[in-house]
Amino acid sequence: MKPPLLEIRGLTRTFGGGRRWFGPDRPGVQAVQGIDMDVARGDTLGIVGESGCGKSTLARMLVGLDTPTAGTIHYRGEDLQNLRRLDRHALSRRIQYVFQDPLSSLNPRKRIREILAAPLRHLRGLEDRELDTRLGELMEVVNLRPEFISRYPHEFSGGQAQRIGIARALAAEPEVLVLDEPVSALDVSIQAQVLKLLRRLKDEFDLTYLFISHDLSVVETISDRIAVMYFGRVIEQAPSRQLFRSPAHPYTRLLLGSAPIPGGPPIQAESGDAELPDPLAPPPGCAFAPRCPRARDDCRESVPPLAPLADRHDQLAACRYPVEGPWRRRATQAVAEGRE
Amino acid sequence: MMAFLTLLARNRLAAFGAIVLALLLLLVLITPWLPLLDPDVTQPANRLRPPFSPDHLLGTDALGRDILSRLLWGTRISLAVGIAASLVAALVGSLIGIVAGYFGGRTDNLMMRGIDMLMAFPYILLALAIVAVLGPGLMNALYAIAIVNIPFFARNIRGVTVGIAHREFIDAARLSGKGNLRILTSELLPNVLPVIVITMSTTVGWMILETAGLSFLGLGAQPPQADLGSMLGEGRKMMLNAPHVAMLPGLVIFILVMSINLLGDGIRDALDPRLKSGALSRPAPITRIRRQPGHADSQDGPDDNALLTVDELHTDFEVGEQTYRAVNGVSFAIRPNECLGLVGESGSGKSVTALSLLGLVASPPGVITRGRVSLAKRDLLGLSAGQLRKIRGKDVAYVFQDPLSTLHPLIRVGDQLIEAIQLHQPLSKVEARKLAVELLGQVRIPNPAQRADQYPHELSGGMRQRVGIAMALANDPQLIIADEPTTALDVTVQAQILALIQNLRDTQGTAVLFITHDFGVVSQVCDRVAVMYAGRIVEIGSTAEILDTPRHPYTRRLIDCVPRLGEPDNEPAAIPGLPPAANALPEGCAFADRCDLVEPACRRGDIELIATDADRRVRCIKPLGIADPTTQGVTT
Repeated sequence: MKPPLLEIRGLTRTFGGGRRWFGPDRPGVQAVQGIDMDVARGDTLGIVGESGCGKSTLARMLVGLDTPTAGTIHYRGEDLQNLRRLDRHALSRRIQYVFQDPLSSLNPRKRIREILAAPLRHLRGLEDRELDTRLGELMEVVNLRPEFISRYPHEFSGGQAQRIGIARALAAEPEVLVLDEPVSALDVSIQAQVLKLLRRLKDEFDLTYLFISHDLSVVETISDRIAVMYFGRVIEQAPSRQLFRSPAHPYTRLLLGSAPIPGGPPIQAESGDAELPDPLAPPPGCAFAPRCPRARDDCRESVPPLAPLADRHDQLAACRYPVEGPWRRRATQAVAEGRE
Repeated sequence: MMAFLTLLARNRLAAFGAIVLALLLLLVLITPWLPLLDPDVTQPANRLRPPFSPDHLLGTDALGRDILSRLLWGTRISLAVGIAASLVAALVGSLIGIVAGYFGGRTDNLMMRGIDMLMAFPYILLALAIVAVLGPGLMNALYAIAIVNIPFFARNIRGVTVGIAHREFIDAARLSGKGNLRILTSELLPNVLPVIVITMSTTVGWMILETAGLSFLGLGAQPPQADLGSMLGEGRKMMLNAPHVAMLPGLVIFILVMSINLLGDGIRDALDPRLKSGALSRPAPITRIRRQPGHADSQDGPDDNALLTVDELHTDFEVGEQTYRAVNGVSFAIRPNECLGLVGESGSGKSVTALSLLGLVASPPGVITRGRVSLAKRDLLGLSAGQLRKIRGKDVAYVFQDPLSTLHPLIRVGDQLIEAIQLHQPLSKVEARKLAVELLGQVRIPNPAQRADQYPHELSGGMRQRVGIAMALANDPQLIIADEPTTALDVTVQAQILALIQNLRDTQGTAVLFITHDFGVVSQVCDRVAVMYAGRIVEIGSTAEILDTPRHPYTRRLIDCVPRLGEPDNEPAAIPGLPPAANALPEGCAFADRCDLVEPACRRGDIELIATDADRRVRCIKPLGIADPTTQGVTT
């Protein structure tokens, strides 16, 4: 196995304690709780989860937009927080970020030239001729016409704006790209274009991706490994194919079973409450236990650790009673209704 | 910039203000070169001459000084002090506001509490106190006025900055290697600048008044120097025997401040993006309908059992000179208890179609130019606003994408339901509440009686959407129009909402028009589906058949570009290019430019929806797989 490029150990981020005045976070909320994760060089790690599972907070900590409350991130053996302290730009030269909403991540009052020139100038120290050459290259790399460079963001469609967002991230010549829902805001026909571009860029520049999304089918097509998050923790991690072949955690199975496939069998719906636990008063045990059909008493007492499965070493699951066997959506299982 | 000037010129009052102010400015600028008497030379022999006396056009004051000359020189000083004070206040105040808003936390707390302390004093008292400390004089009055107005700028600008500082492009700039100072000056400032200009334009007049006030009290301009306030103060003593001495400077102050305020309001209206997008123009209660006579007479619909028939619906948006053709001849029918899916990408016109049915498109700029919408044989587009309102929410109900923005945030969900019920049913409050709780239970909200007393923000996204559906169900509608009802929800919640809609159709017999961009969702809930592109339906038919054998190239490519769960090797195929702009639709097929099967005939004339199979129609001259359904070959 390749040595990990990113080593995440016990990463935790707690918001609040009453000091935070702005932002959507409520006081004292553990957005990310003790995440351990390795990302190998050249891999694409998909991170899947529903809203409020902490996937965006994780992404922001990786690029230094947020600081962990506890835990460490090592990049090639170097501590990320140390790296940030020594040189503000060091981290941004290695790990870059692509935002979800392509238009709001571009300053409406700046031309594309100025937006793309900023990382080249500040992170790579390019000026004048070199800068212009590199700007031209960047536009070409993301398939945008060179004359677009003197336009303003509002003149672009969502897909084009996202290409600019990707070009800006690439301008820093990073090794790792953190992609936070990069195609969720785009129309399906445009999604496919951007995914194709991302695949090509990965080969061309030998990149490592952390691909965050709530859309299972998108993650499946692009990832080598997938981590499923629920309520601030990773609850299952496995090579992509294996995860879809035999998901072990009941939540992963629920996610897979809920995603509608065109022309596919009917989806399952939970009959009970599909709500997350109160983040201010999290349950002592497994956060999924209140929704889990397999939960027993010990599930509700302590949090199960993320551990390799007995028969599948590559697959980790944070569950005491993992589901065995291959997964197939049962065509006979009608939508779980009609039990009035 | 030109657009800004035209907008400003179109505002009559602002233009009037601008002209008056320009004249005044011109006058005070050329004052030194005008053949005027010295404003400060006293001539006791000529005291208190009335206006229109020889040598003194506007008379003289108590010391025999020429009033016209003093007025012009005084206006010059008042204007200069007012503008200088507002520049100083804007500079310092905006700086405080930007820094406090951007850094937040302790910095913000410290700075804004200081500002609050400044604001705790009545402003004229504070100005007086400052002048008392510094001593009277024009410069000191200027400082006092500037200091007094700093909080106004600081608070305004801080509010705007907080909104911008949390936008993603600020994070992006940080990741591009920009430091705080660079972000403040090159990212934030350009976005805050319009607000600073707006605030300044609306405060200059006020500051001139305040300066005049201080001078009136003898704390500003010192004799013999003239400014408008001090002239007014001197004239006050002889109000009865020589009213013109006080009246003339008063009149000038009035004209000056009025012109500045009119212009300032105009600048604000022209610069504020919310006002520009028409926030001030109140939309009509129903969409404007401008149908040519003669088109509405195709009485015989294709389907006699249909609940809702839409025939050749055209909805345009008229913005300035441009006409955006959002809905461009849409026809479909929904039978009772049927679920029809309306699928398309953003900008395909699916939402505008849905809103047009009950005249809910905002007018201006929306106009329905052609077509018929019949609900149980009744033409909805011919009804008055009052008649239409009786149908909205009763016979036809809407469920929108984001329940947080459609539910009133300050009213309990139960009361909102009661309101919806009582609008259409003659029930007492108690009965209506009972029904409301029943409805909440019907959409499977646990503890409905308790939930009815909660506010929308206390419910999760899935629960809010259930409330939205309960509200749609309140009056037993025949048709529910659901516009992307699950797009904002997580997949597990989406599964529940879809199951709920399915269940309601089974038990209540409601028909549903389901708008979405997701073929997966369509195949779960819709019996039939209509695919929209560039404001037209390009294919309509049964869901299973269309998913199985799409006939229109766009439908096929739209299905192919969605990654399918469980098939990781099946790489989705992108559709090259972009849809055409709604104000420049091409002749012929709108998809021609992106289609790989295009031929010259595709770009000519109007392409009709043709029936290919039973209950299936396609807008393509060479529908896929018609000759040989087993292969996807194309033959005519």
